[in-house]
Amino acid sequence: MSILVDKDTKVIVQGLTGRTGTFHTEQALAYHGTQMVAGVHPKKGGETWTGANGTAKPLPIFATVGEAKEATGATASVVYVPPAGAGAAIIEAIEAEIPLIVCITEGIPVMDMVKVKAKLDKSNSRLLGPNCPGVLTPNECKIGIMPGSIFRDGSVGIVSRSGTLTYEAVFQTTAEGLGQSTAVGIGGDPVKGTEFIDMLEMFLADDETESIIMIGEIGGSAEEDAAQFLADEAKKGRKKPMVGFIAGRTAPPGRTMGHAGAVISGGKGGAEDKIAAMEAAGIKVSPSPAQLGKTLVKVLKG
Amino acid sequence: MNIHEHQAKELLKGFGAPVAQGVAITSAGEAEAAAKSLPGPLYVVKSQIHAGGRGKGKFKELGPDAKGGVRLAKTIDEVVANAKEMLGNTLVTKQTGPAGKQVNRLYIEDGADISRELYLSLLVDRTVGEVAFVASTEGGMDIEAVAEETPEKIITVPIDPTAGVTDADAAKLVAALGLEEPAAGEMPTLARQLYQAFTEKDMSLLEVNPLIVMENGHLRVLDAKVSFDGNALFRHPDVMELRDLTEEDSKEIEASKYDLAYVALDGNIGCMVNGAGLAMATMDIIKLYGAEPANFLDVGGGASKEKVTAAFKIITADPNVKGILVNIFGGIMRCDVIAEGVVAAVKEVGLQVPLVVRLEGTNVEQGKAILDQSGLDITSADDLDDAAQKIVAAVKG
Repeated sequence: MSILVDKDTKVIVQGLTGRTGTFHTEQALAYHGTQMVAGVHPKKGGETWTGANGTAKPLPIFATVGEAKEATGATASVVYVPPAGAGAAIIEAIEAEIPLIVCITEGIPVMDMVKVKAKLDKSNSRLLGPNCPGVLTPNECKIGIMPGSIFRDGSVGIVSRSGTLTYEAVFQTTAEGLGQSTAVGIGGDPVKGTEFIDMLEMFLADDETESIIMIGEIGGSAEEDAAQFLADEAKKGRKKPMVGFIAGRTAPPGRTMGHAGAVISGGKGGAEDKIAAMEAAGIKVSPSPAQLGKTLVKVLKG
Repeated sequence: MNIHEHQAKELLKGFGAPVAQGVAITSAGEAEAAAKSLPGPLYVVKSQIHAGGRGKGKFKELGPDAKGGVRLAKTIDEVVANAKEMLGNTLVTKQTGPAGKQVNRLYIEDGADISRELYLSLLVDRTVGEVAFVASTEGGMDIEAVAEETPEKIITVPIDPTAGVTDADAAKLVAALGLEEPAAGEMPTLARQLYQAFTEKDMSLLEVNPLIVMENGHLRVLDAKVSFDGNALFRHPDVMELRDLTEEDSKEIEASKYDLAYVALDGNIGCMVNGAGLAMATMDIIKLYGAEPANFLDVGGGASKEKVTAAFKIITADPNVKGILVNIFGGIMRCDVIAEGVVAAVKEVGLQVPLVVRLEGTNVEQGKAILDQSGLDITSADDLDDAAQKIVAAVKG
């Protein structure tokens, strides 16, 4: 078991024909044969994609997401469309009723995401991101830009707002011999498709996931909400060993730290409140991002 | 991106919002003509800097008893005298930090007789993913303090993006602000004007503090603070023209040219990292081991050798930097590219301070080999803990 994606997941690519889409689709195909099944481009329907050197497994290109889904039975879409058109691309995928949409694009205007969110809330689709590294289930499926080489099939569920800190957690849990069930990036934007709670619920329900690493950062209150959720679930007897980390303890208020959502505003969203809430919910919060794996090993040993 | 109050008011006026007449000036010589163009008999002279708390702020160059950054004037002569005293001097407010900000423009505005001061703002409420009004009867004050001390006095009204501002939404605002006629009747229109301005111009914050009820019972936008979503500026060339580079850090302007996410800080260890989360975590770990970061710098996921070189130059141009930590987890970013960029930059600008490099991930062996073979004085680190300890030790000597 795993969450969100496995070897049966069939993926189409919105923005396949660009440099980024091409590179990462080649990487995904090379990762244990992730089922990349088609591309979408409004003006290139009917053409065939063969990778940067013309040597990749050929993929058909369709003019719309709906046609691509119809023809391939796709269950997921990954969006590499540049910021100005990414919001519309996500909406197209929602309207085509794609179950899982993963948006990698960074820099989408917030107002576009407000429109996406309104559509998303009335649909059955799940959106990961935007501004996220994607999702990866070891040896089965890689959607997005995570480096496959650092993963190892295992038992730790990882959920994070940050790409490179996800890699740190993956790398360290691999080094400790624990491996991962699934790693999910939910993205660094203020308005996004999926928050921590939904992913934690899935990890709690997944038999293969024996422990969880949750990586948050300054801005918003998603970590506090997640901590409350975990505390409530623990009262019902649903609980797994957890390690956490919050980036941005030293960030000055009012400044956006790289991620559009990483900003302490109006006196809210600071790291200390999040750490306190997580600790109160029984999560062992590591002060150092270099100690995630070692801290988890200690927690597991009791 | 932030703009000045007078620019924000001009913009809101374009959407029909009630703002006072006013004129922006950049020299004292313009003050008299500016004041004469207004109805009088009351004038307000307001410092235009990108920071709040101006009224209670103090000018560094003037005595402790001198008036603050927003002043009332009852005659044209008083307007001129105040303009002379304020322009060119440094205003220190709660938000500027101790260095303060030089006042290079003033806004001369028609005065108003104030009956009530209220708070009204628009922002994106990230918990619901919608634009929301925030309203409070406690206007003219620091809203963060109100939120801290009397949170029940702050009312949030989220707006459904498909419906816009409904009559029910407007009624909630009227009730929250305790408005009576004629202000109560004006509120739905003002709410729609502000919402339209916010959404059409891709703002990230529109704060009217205070929104006033005048003696005559009508509403007026007395102060306005507007920030824009940097990711949406590509579709607003008119907004881009309002950018005032003199209000921004020169290193941050340089970084923005190379699409580098950079924030200047007060410490002495320069950082170059890929990924925003890892860049923040790197700052945190420097602090954890007892030193202070000089900056936040995210070179991004797909940085080129040129971008790395530019980043390195920006870091070394900061005279406070006594040591540099490069921390890269190469996922998509290849470690050999980073190593080549670092070597090229060091050869170009020289290296006067200790440099610790931690590389991990894709092509890490090639990256480390490039650094080793460069003959440069670079300390390698195995992981982030090791790297932070080494650079902190090097800086502390």
